[in-house]
Amino acid sequence: MPAQLRQLRQQIKTVKSTAKITRAQEMIATSRIVKAQQAVAASKPYADQITQALSALVSHHVGVDHPLLHEQPTDNRSAVLIVTSDRGFCGAYNANVIREAEALIRSLREAGREPVPYVVGNKGITWYRFRGREVAETWHGFSDRPTFASAERIGQRLTEDFLKTDAEGGVGEIHVVYTEFVSMLTQSVQVRRLMPLEITEGETGKVAPAYEFEPSAQAALDLLLPNYVESRIYHMLLQSAASFQASVRRAMKSATDNANELLGVYTRQMNQARQAAITQEISEIVGGADALAESGGE
Amino acid sequence: MATLKVGLVSPEREIWSGEAKMVVAQTVEGSLGILPGHAPVLGVLLDGSVVKIEPADGGEPITAMVGSGFFSVAADEVSVLAEQAELSDEVDVSEARRELEEALGGDDATAERRARARLRAAGIEA
Repeated sequence: MPAQLRQLRQQIKTVKSTAKITRAQEMIATSRIVKAQQAVAASKPYADQITQALSALVSHHVGVDHPLLHEQPTDNRSAVLIVTSDRGFCGAYNANVIREAEALIRSLREAGREPVPYVVGNKGITWYRFRGREVAETWHGFSDRPTFASAERIGQRLTEDFLKTDAEGGVGEIHVVYTEFVSMLTQSVQVRRLMPLEITEGETGKVAPAYEFEPSAQAALDLLLPNYVESRIYHMLLQSAASFQASVRRAMKSATDNANELLGVYTRQMNQARQAAITQEISEIVGGADALAESGGE
Repeated sequence: MATLKVGLVSPEREIWSGEAKMVVAQTVEGSLGILPGHAPVLGVLLDGSVVKIEPADGGEPITAMVGSGFFSVAADEVSVLAEQAELSDEVDVSEARRELEEALGGDDATAERRARARLRAAGIEA
């Protein structure tokens, strides 16, 4: 049985090196989760401030208006921004996002609207390209570590399209499908409507101060709204990046665990094969010796 | 003496925060100095300008270049939010000089203002 023995040794070697790689990936992902969470925390002051300023602006100045706040009943197209990752090795992370996105697209279609996908991340892009589906715009190259500049690019394109009419290739509303990082163990896919904007009033009981505006309330709103949209998109990208790393960590951990389990099975099999070979050899020797003794004894 | 609670933040991080005696920011209509007790204001920053913060502990004034953004003042709390922001000691002077030269060649007024603001934040008149 030496052939089988050699085969098993080879397999053990392979599994060991796989386990080493997945273990390393797991540790890399673990450290990146921490970084991604720090990025989420670092973006919070800006997001909080801009939301506060905007709700103060909207609640105090009924007169100010902006097209981004309007429903567009004449536009029948709906944008769906799908946030996936550039890399794989992350379990069902992208599959979950795409499943939710497809469900949303289906329900939009049933409601008589025309959904238009906008895709972030290589995995989503290849998914749509492989199926020959039309997408309005794709972005990639920053899913691991999104910068504000990337959120700005997405935000500008979406805002532009929102302000256009159907005939010009615009959209009437914008939905986003992304993954929210709840905890190390839980990440949930979220579907949110981004535009038209709904400014929720700040927490009740806390009255926003009566601001003066420099140079005017309208100018402040014109600047704040696009920034607000970009900051929301940035937040979603950061959350997705953190979720992605958590998914990678989990996928790599179970891969390492599986490899270690397999290693145990193979090691036992190998020991058995080796022992069987030894036993057989001994019984052959003993048998041979017996036969010799018998023939020599006469 | 009353002090201002100041936060200078960009979308990616908090750049500076602490107590201050005075904050000077530039709006599209001109400079605005903010002392404790100022009325609530929400102002649009001039894209490519310098924000100056005088810390309450009497230390060196902090200057920072800011890009597009706004600031809000309410109840002695000042928040400066800018999409691009750099503290004076973070400015790469040679890089800013190069950018200024590039901007002077083209006709992008914002880029030119930003490059000048970066140099000014670093304490160099240009």
